[in-house]
Amino acid sequence: MKVTVIRLGVGNTASVKFALERLGAAVRLTDDPLEISEAERLILPGVGAAAFAMHRMDAIGVRDAIVNFKRPLLGICLGQQLLFEESEEGAVETLGLIGGMVRRLPASIAAPAPHMGWSRLSAVKPDPLLEGVREGDYCYFVHSFACPVNEATLAVSSYSGAFAAAIGMRNIYGCQFHPERSGEPGRRILSNFLALPC
Amino acid sequence: MPAKRIIACLDVRDGRVVKGVRFEGHVDMGDPADLAVRYRDAGVDELVIYDITASAERRTIDYGWVSEIARHLDIPLCVAGGIRSIEQAVSCLESGADKVSINSPALADPEFITQLSNVAGSQCVVVGVDSRLVEGEWSAFQFTGDAKTIRRTPRRMLDWIVEAAERGAGEIVLNCMDSDGVRNGFDIAQLKEARARLSVPLVASGGAGTADDFVRVFKEADVSGALAAGVFHSGATSVSDVKAALRRAGLEART
Repeated sequence: MKVTVIRLGVGNTASVKFALERLGAAVRLTDDPLEISEAERLILPGVGAAAFAMHRMDAIGVRDAIVNFKRPLLGICLGQQLLFEESEEGAVETLGLIGGMVRRLPASIAAPAPHMGWSRLSAVKPDPLLEGVREGDYCYFVHSFACPVNEATLAVSSYSGAFAAAIGMRNIYGCQFHPERSGEPGRRILSNFLALPC
Repeated sequence: MPAKRIIACLDVRDGRVVKGVRFEGHVDMGDPADLAVRYRDAGVDELVIYDITASAERRTIDYGWVSEIARHLDIPLCVAGGIRSIEQAVSCLESGADKVSINSPALADPEFITQLSNVAGSQCVVVGVDSRLVEGEWSAFQFTGDAKTIRRTPRRMLDWIVEAAERGAGEIVLNCMDSDGVRNGFDIAQLKEARARLSVPLVASGGAGTADDFVRVFKEADVSGALAAGVFHSGATSVSDVKAALRRAGLEART
């Protein structure tokens, strides 16, 4: 199993790499547009802030390679948010592979932001990505912005309102939580992603 | 709301996990990677690896062992100890840490919090605060890893945590030094005051002695997480005992 992880600069890509390696995958970390186009499977990890990540993508010239990718693509955390059309974080236009706008979680003393911790998945849809993941399973989230619930939503979680915890449409997948840090359910999801036909 | 987070902290000195009482007089508890894996299997929600003397010795954490520990973990990992530059923080993240916790260097240069959160995102930036009651005021202390270097700063803890959050900290870990290591329970009064001022998550640290201490700190101080070290290392209580106690008290704990 080969999987390519996009390197966008600063970020905890090592924990994603380690998790994939624990599943026996050969992991390539790259920012090369050609290597990204030719990947069997692609992971867009959560790195920094939305505007920074989009500028970085353009600076290294990988935006088109990601948008035109036809094999399985998984966005993690910020990576999932970038798949949508627009983000309030830096008021930036994002990749536009999934419809909708990513909005800031309202921070208050009653509901501190970022949403940081283990929250349950609900309304889990049957999908190859979530095979073996159960309603109510806990996953680890760290985010200050959240994706809207729409036709692409595969599972919902809730923090100051419902948001898309996992998404899937055509070859495009995403997790708002960190599967690499979400214990057994996370391991399942990464393993399912590696098993998707490509 | 997310499940109440139970966090185990491994205080590391010279490559070994140690436990001291009130930050002094350390006892060897074992190898960091072995203990990390043991806590992962015990169901802990998060791990903190803290190189306790790094700041006092003017060096930074060893990236090699960050990566060695991160490789085995499927739960979040935060590292702390002597991180005082963007490059060092980024190296920790690139070695497999999910968050970095900064303490003494943030007090020396608060602008560091802002710069780091701009580069890495607030979600990666934890500000640790060591606080002790002096002349009726909770004061922030610096270089607490060593009895010879520890010093009181002019900052009031309650002002400092608000400033840290405004500067971009994504989480505050408040270590109440007067209760640390003595296992008489978390400092509820202090944590409540801190909690009332923060709209970022607050983690309680210092004083855990029994499973009921965790129930109390979540119920009474409404913190997001509670961190402990010695009480778990010594087997005085276990992660599963703590979680069972939380559930009995009607609090949400990850299964």
